[in-house]
Amino acid sequence: MKVLVPVKRVLDPYVKVRVKKDNSGVDLSNSKMAMNPFCEIAVEQAIRLKEQGHASEVVLVSAGPQQAQETIRTGLAMGADRGILIESDEALEPLGVAKLLKAVVEQEDPGLVLMGKQAVDNDNNQTGQMLAALLGWSQGTFISEVNVQDGTARITREIDGGLETLDLKMPAVLTTDLRLCEPRYASLPNIMKAKKKKLDKTAPADWGVDVTPRLDVQKVEEPPAREAGVKVSSVQELVDKLRNEAKVI
Amino acid sequence: MSVLVIADHDGQQLTTGTRATLTAAKELNADRIDILVAGHDCRAVAEQAAQAAGVTTVFLADGESLAHKLAENMAPLVAEHGAKYDHVFAPASSTGKNVVGRAAALMDVQPVADITGVIGADTFRRPIYAGNAIATVQAGAGTKVITVRGTAFEGDALEGGGAAIEEVAAPGDQGLSSFVGQELSQSDRPELASARIVVSGGRGVGSGENFQLIERVADKMGAAVGASRAAVDAGFMPNDYQVGQTGKVVAPDLYIAVGISGAIQHLAGMKDSKYIAAINKDEEAPIFSVADYGLVADLFEAVPELEKELDNVQS
Repeated sequence: MKVLVPVKRVLDPYVKVRVKKDNSGVDLSNSKMAMNPFCEIAVEQAIRLKEQGHASEVVLVSAGPQQAQETIRTGLAMGADRGILIESDEALEPLGVAKLLKAVVEQEDPGLVLMGKQAVDNDNNQTGQMLAALLGWSQGTFISEVNVQDGTARITREIDGGLETLDLKMPAVLTTDLRLCEPRYASLPNIMKAKKKKLDKTAPADWGVDVTPRLDVQKVEEPPAREAGVKVSSVQELVDKLRNEAKVI
Repeated sequence: MSVLVIADHDGQQLTTGTRATLTAAKELNADRIDILVAGHDCRAVAEQAAQAAGVTTVFLADGESLAHKLAENMAPLVAEHGAKYDHVFAPASSTGKNVVGRAAALMDVQPVADITGVIGADTFRRPIYAGNAIATVQAGAGTKVITVRGTAFEGDALEGGGAAIEEVAAPGDQGLSSFVGQELSQSDRPELASARIVVSGGRGVGSGENFQLIERVADKMGAAVGASRAAVDAGFMPNDYQVGQTGKVVAPDLYIAVGISGAIQHLAGMKDSKYIAAINKDEEAPIFSVADYGLVADLFEAVPELEKELDNVQS
């Protein structure tokens, strides 16, 4: 079984976000970019499925600017086999990406698509669900555990208030939550080897997909700043303020 | 203009997130608001929903295929009914996110996720980059599919209404997934994402055992317990307690940060709290830049003292 892992290049989550002065968006020039942390977890899980003998090949796909190939190389260095870049400078939305991924699935015929539950830039949490819908496949979202059996994936999902276990008919789309696994670091020799792995460069038109945005982002602003607070000198004073000034306890 | 609100519920009553979603939907000043309640043996939920003022019809889809809200069975139902409306509003809960993304793709619509403000009929405000930026987004032609952040709107009172309840057919089982079991947290504490008070510990707490200090204070206040990523990575607490950019985003009335330095990834998950209190021995800690009330003190002295003080206040 082949496993397809979509990965996204995002602003490094440890970097402070700067909103552009003209409110047209977030300033990403000269910013450190990285693989979306949830995608890293998906890559790790796919490689583990291969190590356990459940997967024969792990194929990475990323849709985004030309530099997204660095993100694919990162995943190849972790242990994935090859990559597909869908180069686009357009701001892609989950629906457009899901349509691109559907086309990739039709070409690659994977038994499983493993991807992050959300990208930490736009925080949409949609692409996996949309891909599953377009394919008519089962979906396992926010998974913290996966066991692949014959034709079935038994998954545990993180839901509000606890955990839920489902059996999914394969092929399926799975989206990863934080608890699923701890992504490995790529070793230097593997980073070198990754440079030789195959990476196909394509464009949305090659897949026959229209990725014109449906939403118009009118402006992006800084969140309101919090007013400066006060220092209290004792626990008694803290409790007094919370009770009588803030009235929250 | 018409709105269909997709209800999330536990089989007995609407979730607080659904009540907030109803409030957000009312801000559209639509001519008609209907509610779709889907599940199995959930007429009580439909009856509760019918109490909401300003709602015309509550559609009840009751069937075994909907018992566990499996996305594969729910999404066609939501897409079929939703397509008849100008807007579909759903709570951004784990069920809402799971089902609505799938339904929107069936409708060929790009949803607007996790809104925190309604600006106009097709324009909404939503946080991006874990709340470090706020985007104003206008949805294009067709049905607007929206998920609503529960902490951003007051819950609807569910009073003063008298909507008709109309049964609609439940879809057949798609045969793509099946429910095996669930394990719900047995804690008596409120759920982290919707708690009114959250007490969180960080690396400064030092060990998993020491977290009992935090838990005891939380229990005294009827609060949920949270943790920073540092505390989770150090193994003090499980991952699902994590508040922050890659964990849960909370906005309680009161957030008490104990032994948390206040790295940007953590602030992203809690800085919309109404009041923030911080206890930290390092007076230079960045958490003090967002805290309404800061106490520079050793947490191992301050937290037990806080526990005692709460006893005094309550008695």
